[in-house]
Amino acid sequence: MSKPKITVIIDPDIYKDTPRPSSDKKDTSKPSSGKSGMTLIVKTVTRITVWMIILYGFYIILHGHLTPGGGFGGGVIIALALLNVLLAYGRDFTQKWLNIHLLENIESLSALLFVIVGILGLFVSGSFLANFLSKGQLFAVVSAGTIPLLNIIIGFKVAMSLFLVVWVLAGIKMSKGDAA
Amino acid sequence: MTVYLLCFALFLVGVYGVIAKRDLIKIILSIGIMGYAANLFLILFAYKHGATFPILTGGKVSPMVDPLPQALVLTSIVIELGTTALLVALVVRLFQKYGTFDIAKIRRLRG
Amino acid sequence: MPVETWLTFTLGFMILGSIVALELKDILSSIIAIGIVGLGVSMSFLFLQAPDLAIVQFLFEIFALIILVRAFIGKENHQLESSSTNKVMTGVGIVAAAAIFFLSIPVFRLLPPFGEPLMQVSQHYLDAGAAETGAANLVASVILDYRAYDTLGEVTVLFTAILGAFAILRSTATHKTAGGDHE
Repeated sequence: MSKPKITVIIDPDIYKDTPRPSSDKKDTSKPSSGKSGMTLIVKTVTRITVWMIILYGFYIILHGHLTPGGGFGGGVIIALALLNVLLAYGRDFTQKWLNIHLLENIESLSALLFVIVGILGLFVSGSFLANFLSKGQLFAVVSAGTIPLLNIIIGFKVAMSLFLVVWVLAGIKMSKGDAA
Repeated sequence: MTVYLLCFALFLVGVYGVIAKRDLIKIILSIGIMGYAANLFLILFAYKHGATFPILTGGKVSPMVDPLPQALVLTSIVIELGTTALLVALVVRLFQKYGTFDIAKIRRLRG
Repeated sequence: MPVETWLTFTLGFMILGSIVALELKDILSSIIAIGIVGLGVSMSFLFLQAPDLAIVQFLFEIFALIILVRAFIGKENHQLESSSTNKVMTGVGIVAAAAIFFLSIPVFRLLPPFGEPLMQVSQHYLDAGAAETGAANLVASVILDYRAYDTLGEVTVLFTAILGAFAILRSTATHKTAGGDHE
């Protein structure tokens, strides 16, 4: 996967700010050696660690009813992992890597899902947001009824909304530099 | 009592910043300080001498601190992050329109 | 050493850090100095037996720092000037804060002393929370079961705040580039 990177290391053009004309003809599926973003070291470390950080965020979310953490903390961790990619690789690469419209839809959908879980509790158990699922065994990962479900929903909500607001801020910053 | 008063003094530093500073970034930071002090004040109420964190660990059940303010503050911190982002967006927009962060100048430039 | 001593030390440090952050001329130093306050709050949450809040506060601090640095650093045209109105407002602010502080000392005497909370509703959460909700983390059981309606309100507030930021910034983008970046 990192075979084309070897040529990039000895390429002196990566330190220039001007876009290379030959970069379009190269492998466009991984445009990580482009002009935007930080140096190669930062990009490599980011590529290795971003999935670990996202995995840790999911761990925090899924164990929110057993250990400290939960949807809020795990959501912020996932948002920070995506923000790491945005800072290291720049806005153009992130737009290709992530489907921003999908993230916006997840963000809006999670607010709706929270209400749907609440209304299901109203129908099944008689009160809004009632814990209508089985409580299960204490200290088991799958337990506590709707609490892990709502934790996952809140985690996605927090992660997507916090990442998207930084995304919009980053875009504004660039157009502003041209204007000023 | 001493801890409460110090926390209140931290809040008042934030109030002073909002009143006296004319820089919009400093005003955002002051609002952040007020938020920190308010969150910490609620958690100071919840503490109980000799108690542990409110998470069951499987061993013997010892006295625990109050979980209710912790739950309220947990949501409050994330809301604070959202409002900080909103304030930053507003200030960036104001800077684009007027070219300055000084609220006195912005008031003069209006109209 | 009792926890109160640690908290006094940390709070004094945080007050110092916030004053430094407000009075510094350089905006990058100011934003970093505000990190003292945030990480001090995170440490205090650990002392006060609230590990959930310590995690979230720590992440909040990193995120707020990134947002502020990303948005405000790099503008050379940011200057601070002192004028007469600024001095007047500084005096008024200091006097008002001191007056509020000294006049509200009797109010704090009425509060329950530190370390002895009034736990009436919360005692039920502690006693019956694990049996009623099945969650070992009682804070999670309060957030998402007993008081899930609060959390729904929080989700709504977060949604509205982010939507407001989108509305403010997106309109600027369309205005500047005449719909180029907008899709």
